[in-house]
Amino acid sequence: MIALLGLLVGIVAGLFLEPAVPISLQPYLPIAVVAALDATFGAFRAMLDGIFDEKVFVISFVSNVLIAALIVYLGDQLGVGSQLSTGVVVVLGIRIFSNVAAIRRHLFHA
Amino acid sequence: MPDHVPDHMPDHVPDQPVDGRRRLVDAMTRRPSGGQVVAGLLLALLGFAAAVQVSALRSETPYAGARRGDLVSLLQSLSAAQDRATRQLADLQETRDALEESTTQRAAALEEAQRRLGDLRILAGAIGAEGPGVRITITDPDGTVGARTLLNAVEELRDAGAEAIEINDQARVVAATYLTDGSDPIDGELDVGGTTVRAPYVVDAIGSPETLAEATAFPGGLTDEVEDLGGTVGVETPETVRVTSLAPPPDTEFVEPST
Repeated sequence: MIALLGLLVGIVAGLFLEPAVPISLQPYLPIAVVAALDATFGAFRAMLDGIFDEKVFVISFVSNVLIAALIVYLGDQLGVGSQLSTGVVVVLGIRIFSNVAAIRRHLFHA
Repeated sequence: MPDHVPDHMPDHVPDQPVDGRRRLVDAMTRRPSGGQVVAGLLLALLGFAAAVQVSALRSETPYAGARRGDLVSLLQSLSAAQDRATRQLADLQETRDALEESTTQRAAALEEAQRRLGDLRILAGAIGAEGPGVRITITDPDGTVGARTLLNAVEELRDAGAEAIEINDQARVVAATYLTDGSDPIDGELDVGGTTVRAPYVVDAIGSPETLAEATAFPGGLTDEVEDLGGTVGVETPETVRVTSLAPPPDTEFVEPST
């Protein structure tokens, strides 16, 4: 419940405050958001499985975001930033899809 | 909870997927723990970042998210295009300057040609003319002033710079005009370029009034000559002398303009 509320509060705050993204963070923010989404769906699935653990969620969330940002940074340094970003998004997307599939099976038995 | 209602256990245990739903309901209704608050904070961060990113993409210019390499190549192509445009601009300006110059030259040449045309038409007697000059009145009571005298007068006026000459407002005198006595040399009639004029003869001449007046007055000149023949010469210098009669146009048969 609190998690859902937090999500809503964050979205509303982002839409209404409209802060400018710092230049140094610009390349990392989209990838970080996708990574965090992956962690969130993973946590939701774990909760439905009955194995949800807040500590695991926090660690996976933070590490997902950091690793995604690190990969983008490395890619930019190596000159393959756009390709690596695409790769990260594809991998995270696949994970999100499989998590959502598990959630779907839990909630709708289908 | 199942422990408290053992009667229902057989219903729920084989129906495994219900656990997922119930866990969801449990999670929604459970009293918030510290861990849930942390998770809520993280999700708030996620929502915030996502919303910021979306609104930033909406307000950004199309190049804000582009990579350095793309921007560099874009910049290079733009500066190349700018170079081309600058060269074209210089070429076109050069062409425009050349055209303007030739237009100015043409206009000047045209103006000069028009001026010459006007001069030549006046000299040829094709149009009327006006300007400062003299009006010379020659009376001839005895009918003794003939073509020779008048021709001398015309020659003197030409020497003095007369630019247009007319006799009796009827006969324009140009280069090709002839003066002859009529059939009777002393009848007070002259044939000027085909037009018959009668005494008294009034000669209009456009030119410097002082010079023209002097040309008639020097000793042995027109005045003396006419007075010897029994006539008189009067010289006026009106403000404006009008020469309105036209010389007959030359009837050319063989000649054509050459460039």
